[in-house]
Amino acid sequence: MKPRPFDYARPDTVEEAVAILAEHGDEARVLAGGQTLLAMLNLRLVEPAVLVDINRIPELDVIREVDNRIEVGAAVTQNRLLAWPPLAQKLPLLAAALPFVGHFQTRNKGTVCGSIAHADPTSELPLSLALLEGEVVLRSRHGTRVLAATEFQQGMLTTARAGDELITAVRFPVVPGGVAFREVARRHGDFAIVAVAALADGVNGMRIGVAGMAERPAVRRIAGGESSATHDAIERLAWELQGYDDVHASARMRRDLLRRIAPVVMEEARRCAA
Amino acid sequence: MAQSLGAPVLRKEDPALLSGRGRYADDLPVPAGTLHAHVLRSPHAHARIVGINPTEALAQDGVWAVITGEEVRRLSDPFLIALKAPIDQWSLAVERVRYVGEPVALVVAESRYLAEDAGELVRIDYEPLPAVIDPRAACDPSGPLLHAQAKSNEISVRRFSYGDCNRAFEAAHARVALSCDYPRNSFTPMECYVVVAEYRASDDSYDVMANFQGPFSTHPVMARALRVPGPKLRLRIPPDSGGSFGIKLSVFPYIVLAALAARITGQPIKWVEDRLEHLLAASSGPNRITEIEAAVAKDGRILALRLDQLEDYGAFLRAPMPGPLYRMHGAITGAYDIANVEVVNRVVLTNKMPASLIRGFGGPQLYLALERLVQRIAIELKLDHLEVIKRNLIPKEKFPYRAAAGALYDSGDYLRAVEAATGGGRLDELKRRRDAARAAGRHYGIGFAAVVEPGMSNMGYLSTLLTPQAREKAGPKNGAASMVTVNVDPLGAVSVTADVTVQGQGHQTVLSQIVADRLGLDPADVNVVLEMDTAKDQWSIAAGTYSCRFTPGTAVAAHLAAERMADKLKAIAAKQLNVLPEDVELAGGRIRSRSNPDNSLPFARVAGTSHWSPAMLPEGMAPALRETAVWSPPELEPPSSDDRINTSLTYGFVFDMCGVEIDPLSYQVRVDRYVSMHDAGRLLNPMIANGQMRGAFVQGIAAALYEEFVYDEAGQFLTGTFADYLVPTVAEIPAVEMLHQETPSPLTPLGAKGLAEGNCMSVPSCIANAIADALGVRDIALPATPRRIHALIAGAEEIPPVDAAARVPEAAR
Repeated sequence: MKPRPFDYARPDTVEEAVAILAEHGDEARVLAGGQTLLAMLNLRLVEPAVLVDINRIPELDVIREVDNRIEVGAAVTQNRLLAWPPLAQKLPLLAAALPFVGHFQTRNKGTVCGSIAHADPTSELPLSLALLEGEVVLRSRHGTRVLAATEFQQGMLTTARAGDELITAVRFPVVPGGVAFREVARRHGDFAIVAVAALADGVNGMRIGVAGMAERPAVRRIAGGESSATHDAIERLAWELQGYDDVHASARMRRDLLRRIAPVVMEEARRCAA
Repeated sequence: MAQSLGAPVLRKEDPALLSGRGRYADDLPVPAGTLHAHVLRSPHAHARIVGINPTEALAQDGVWAVITGEEVRRLSDPFLIALKAPIDQWSLAVERVRYVGEPVALVVAESRYLAEDAGELVRIDYEPLPAVIDPRAACDPSGPLLHAQAKSNEISVRRFSYGDCNRAFEAAHARVALSCDYPRNSFTPMECYVVVAEYRASDDSYDVMANFQGPFSTHPVMARALRVPGPKLRLRIPPDSGGSFGIKLSVFPYIVLAALAARITGQPIKWVEDRLEHLLAASSGPNRITEIEAAVAKDGRILALRLDQLEDYGAFLRAPMPGPLYRMHGAITGAYDIANVEVVNRVVLTNKMPASLIRGFGGPQLYLALERLVQRIAIELKLDHLEVIKRNLIPKEKFPYRAAAGALYDSGDYLRAVEAATGGGRLDELKRRRDAARAAGRHYGIGFAAVVEPGMSNMGYLSTLLTPQAREKAGPKNGAASMVTVNVDPLGAVSVTADVTVQGQGHQTVLSQIVADRLGLDPADVNVVLEMDTAKDQWSIAAGTYSCRFTPGTAVAAHLAAERMADKLKAIAAKQLNVLPEDVELAGGRIRSRSNPDNSLPFARVAGTSHWSPAMLPEGMAPALRETAVWSPPELEPPSSDDRINTSLTYGFVFDMCGVEIDPLSYQVRVDRYVSMHDAGRLLNPMIANGQMRGAFVQGIAAALYEEFVYDEAGQFLTGTFADYLVPTVAEIPAVEMLHQETPSPLTPLGAKGLAEGNCMSVPSCIANAIADALGVRDIALPATPRRIHALIAGAEEIPPVDAAARVPEAAR
């Protein structure tokens, strides 16, 4: 459980970081909190030529509100966002979902952007970003581009980030309305088997997001109204996403978890909005 | 000073451990020039090794050697095993690999990093062979064979009969049968294996530091493998341990491997097992399939019992296996008064990592079958489960009780324990909670389990594996020696060494209590040193920390050694106090006349006399104050000619009761209430006893609900990280109410029994019974994961809506 040899760079500015990424491309890996990357290095599942440590870049360690969106820099840890005083008011979904991200100790190191960059299909933060229709800010030597969450996360552990790009921040829109989040995991802090988030935004029913059923989070709008219509919508979603088999759950069990959790989460979001 | 035994004396060990000052194997200094080893392991469940090419690896800077099975075969002998069977195992695979993770080669380099880098350059060619994972399939003679010379994978079959089962079954009101699978699991310590080995060519000897736990019957196995007499394998055990739970017996093949590497390279070798290696290949408890059947009377009384136990030891049988299959043998009827028993014990090998001891070994496998069967008896006879348990419990009047298969249960009052646990409104409350949950449409069940917990194994129990004729030829094996030395220095300071290895149980504290009480001192005055050195410390083949041997064994030896020391000090003081020795007592740090306490001397003064003034000693008394006591209870007799065996010295009792509910959203089994009643005889330190019991409870919950080693059909290992092998954390562990009853053992001078494994044995069966009650099902597979619970209760799936049907995969339709 020792990594292969690698070089280590610790740039002080985004420009320097981007220059190193431009030089090494896919041979480089960005090190933020390292909660996933270091394990993968030690398992020899990845073998980067160079690690680019962005933890000492001051401009990345910032949480700020811009145009009714909360921008979280790439060096901001999960616990720092969780402890950000306006969080519950501005991003109540994050306040509900973040405690399920790993454990207190891992959240002290793990970053918000790192979790989104890793793009685990069961992960809470990519699900939250997708449900809130947030954005990912990418910088390279050629400039900055901003991708919608759905454009960014393309599949299981795959994203639209190019090898020479650095995620500098993610942006969560501040959306009024009720939110709710629940997940089923084998133990507290484990990857979710299925996670469901809902946003009752008052616009024709509510938005519902599901992780753990497919290779990336799915977000749908489910019309309000009769409970039988809601039931049918969840049923359709269960069959559409299908679920998959692993050691912890069968595809059938994942569908059943969605059937059981989704109505509860939707009801909670509705009550939260009221 | 008041008696400290029985008091919750704080652990001497904790200040160092809690402030990060533990001295663990990996922290200890190593000799200059120490090299680091990395084990290359088989990716195949079964394959022929075609060739190993180390050329490229050896060309790397800092790489000293790549050691293969051929070198190991040339320099060492196969490990001895308990069975006469041609299943040779060395510390590296020879010719074939037989499980994923089997050590194939050892890379030695100047750092672990270099060793792992070079390991990727060693070319190993395999020719894959068909593997067999399922123990039943492994018994099929037409399937893959692991060890050609053994002719079969089923390497031992023994049949035992006690009483008259046939007659009992014929006369019975009913027969109740059940098939039960106990899964493969482990209890993973925080600290993995560590070995530092040196070879001294000058006298052809090995000096090894390793976190080995015993039993030290394995020391001769290692020495024989290394082809040296015992004293030439010096083994040192560090002062602290990051957990053991039985697993750290199985470091022994790596001790031999590192020792050979030290010999080959001429340098000291350090090897630290990492977590991946540990999960993949360290050790596991054996999985067992039990076919169990009872002949029962109309009132639920069990008249006779038949068990067919097929235990899967993986690819090799390692010493002292098949321990789990025989450790409970004398007590196979558990807590019940059953006169007629037939047992078939079968040992099978499959392409999995070798199984060995883990905490509770043999107990959980037996009790899952037995306690599930008792519940089935109640259901099939339409009786109350608790009532059936009570009707079958051994009555108090029958103690000491000789169980059908030979165990001598020393003491107990099982019915009183059950009444106390279920009383106090506890069972009534459980029933109320069950009824309320069921009325609301939820799944809620109540489970019970009654188990007998053995303490200190008879070293002869494993020979029950042999036929009486073979045993006679080999010579009898029995007993279990315990050794402790008490030393008093010229200033009156007391120190103690003992034949146990530290694993965190608080043995230093309890030994200091025992010795302090005999010498009239405070436990703080007694210095206990338990790091072990086989070249200098007292030990026997029974030494080590396992099978709950501390309380019935080492604790007694400490008591006896301290008593002798007290007698000697009394005789010395009597002369100086001018009284008879019978009139002398040790109390409050002084030695004084019982009849005239003012006539006294400080403890230290009397101690000094012995060292400085032998002339003042009573006539004929040897100077110096050092007493070593050996305790070897006579009740641990060899197996009789009709295969009856008293497998252990003490037999405690545990009765568990729980309520579980299936979480309606997650399918997780949620333990709502758990009550565990223990009778471990006299408790030497109730705080430490509770800690041990809670630890066993946690691991019982782990086995019942979370932890399982899973292999696919081809033998690939699916639970190689902590993301798949789920160890419950504090967030997952339910509250437990621990109750105690003390029925002292008449067979140990302190009246205390072994107590640290009981809940590992009782919890899986109690939870399984509760789940069976909640769901109304007969077959409960452990661990009872949400996936398994879902499969039990999901029923037919709702038909997909028309517009989604097109997307449904074939398999789900």
